[in-house]
Amino acid sequence: MTIFAFFLWSLAKVAVVTVVMLMGIAYTVLLERKLVGRIQNRWGPSRVGPFGLLQPLVDGAKSFLKEDLIPTAVYRPIYLLAPIISLGCALIAIAVVPFGANLGPHGVDLFQISNINVGLLVILGITSIGVYGIALAGWSSNNKYSLLGSLRSSAQLISYELALGLSLVGVVLRAGSLNLRVIVEQQATLGAATWNILGGGQIVAFFIYLMAAFAETNRSPFDLPEAESELTGGYHTEYSSMKFAMFFMAEYGNMINVGCVATLLFLGGWTSPLGDLMGPFQSNFLNAFLPLFWFVGKVFLFLCLYVWVRGTLPRFRYDQLMNFGWRFLLPLAILNIVGTSLWLAYR
Amino acid sequence: MHLILFFLFAGFCLAGAINLLLQTHPINSALSLIVVMTSLAVLYLLLGAEFLAIAQIIVYSGAVMVLFTFVVMLLNAGREERTLGSRAATRIGFPAVVALFAVLATIFLHAQGLGAAHLGEGLSSAPGQSNLTLLSQILFHELLLPFEVTSVLILIAILGAVAIAHVEGSKMSSSERVAEK
Repeated sequence: MTIFAFFLWSLAKVAVVTVVMLMGIAYTVLLERKLVGRIQNRWGPSRVGPFGLLQPLVDGAKSFLKEDLIPTAVYRPIYLLAPIISLGCALIAIAVVPFGANLGPHGVDLFQISNINVGLLVILGITSIGVYGIALAGWSSNNKYSLLGSLRSSAQLISYELALGLSLVGVVLRAGSLNLRVIVEQQATLGAATWNILGGGQIVAFFIYLMAAFAETNRSPFDLPEAESELTGGYHTEYSSMKFAMFFMAEYGNMINVGCVATLLFLGGWTSPLGDLMGPFQSNFLNAFLPLFWFVGKVFLFLCLYVWVRGTLPRFRYDQLMNFGWRFLLPLAILNIVGTSLWLAYR
Repeated sequence: MHLILFFLFAGFCLAGAINLLLQTHPINSALSLIVVMTSLAVLYLLLGAEFLAIAQIIVYSGAVMVLFTFVVMLLNAGREERTLGSRAATRIGFPAVVALFAVLATIFLHAQGLGAAHLGEGLSSAPGQSNLTLLSQILFHELLLPFEVTSVLILIAILGAVAIAHVEGSKMSSSERVAEK
């Protein structure tokens, strides 16, 4: 493959994945509003289109058309940069996620933008850069509520990043690689029985990851940065129109990223839960797109879990949050690493 | 292709470094430093050191610089006044920097056995072997003792920081202390 063809293929993949990701973000918002509505015994959006299916498009148009206010006392360059950092990081992380098996013709990997052999670390690195979007937004807004929200948020992100990173070490130890494709293929042999969450014995790691991921994406029960009753709106209080929408989209984009990582690392990625029982099919089309179905289905279930938790649990207090992260999750993650290493060494 | 990217990101790196010195507002300087760190990571990536590149981003751009910006934000440091600097700095500083640069350049150009990396090539001698594997081989087999001693050193530094931060007879509850971390 010439470098020109490679360039064109990559460009096409980036375009498709970005569009799918943006649509995914829009419809995750609808999913959340619908599900939370049902949990609270009401309908959720139901007026625009059948079952409210066109609601995200109308919301998008609304945020575009709203007046774009910039308060006078903000520190302008950083105030404008912050939402771009947030949304950019949320959209870039998907670049290393493999969606399906590598069956493409002529060495083209159809279901992954780039296969990097430190893919997992790339995702963690991009997430760690995403903190700046929130920290700078609160600081540059020149508003005490924004600053408090962004300080809470950054402190929370930094604290839970440790537990999150350490919870993934067990999986990496089992796979012996940081390449996301290798990690998935290592779980593929017997279907659900060899997924890291079940056969791999990483169920503790999965729950640590789950809780750290809720905190990382600022979702309830860890949504202190946006605690409306105390902080009006948190770090994005002073943002309006599309700039607010960018933070909003970044939050939901991060939810999808976290769901993708959980799927790849603990739930067998694009492989079927039946494993080799449902072997390769005759048609190439099925072989290529059934994995995509499994992948999207697993991420969808993960997102539903997110919404379910939001609809059920109350918010943590700040000291409870920090205690939980540092005194419970972190030691537990370290114990999990020690246990996994011992098991791998004396197996 | 690699050469173009090299010049692009080397340019970013230098521009960030110069901007870091010229800006008077601390938060702008901190942001320029992030640009420098991240461009350096891209340069490592171009030399085939992908693990080092990502570690650079996670540790320096992600963790260390977040703490920098945190401190700037919390202390609410204002603009600093622009001065011309002390006379000693201008008279001795610039020649010293030029001399240091010359010495380092001569050493690197003439050194044998330092190893070499080229744009667009991997670092490892065996093709297909990721430098993560090589790095862990060296760290955890050949240099295990120095590695562990260094980690003990860092642990001592953490304990020292806790001891300094711990005020005698303070009324702070332990949970608040944890929260402050």
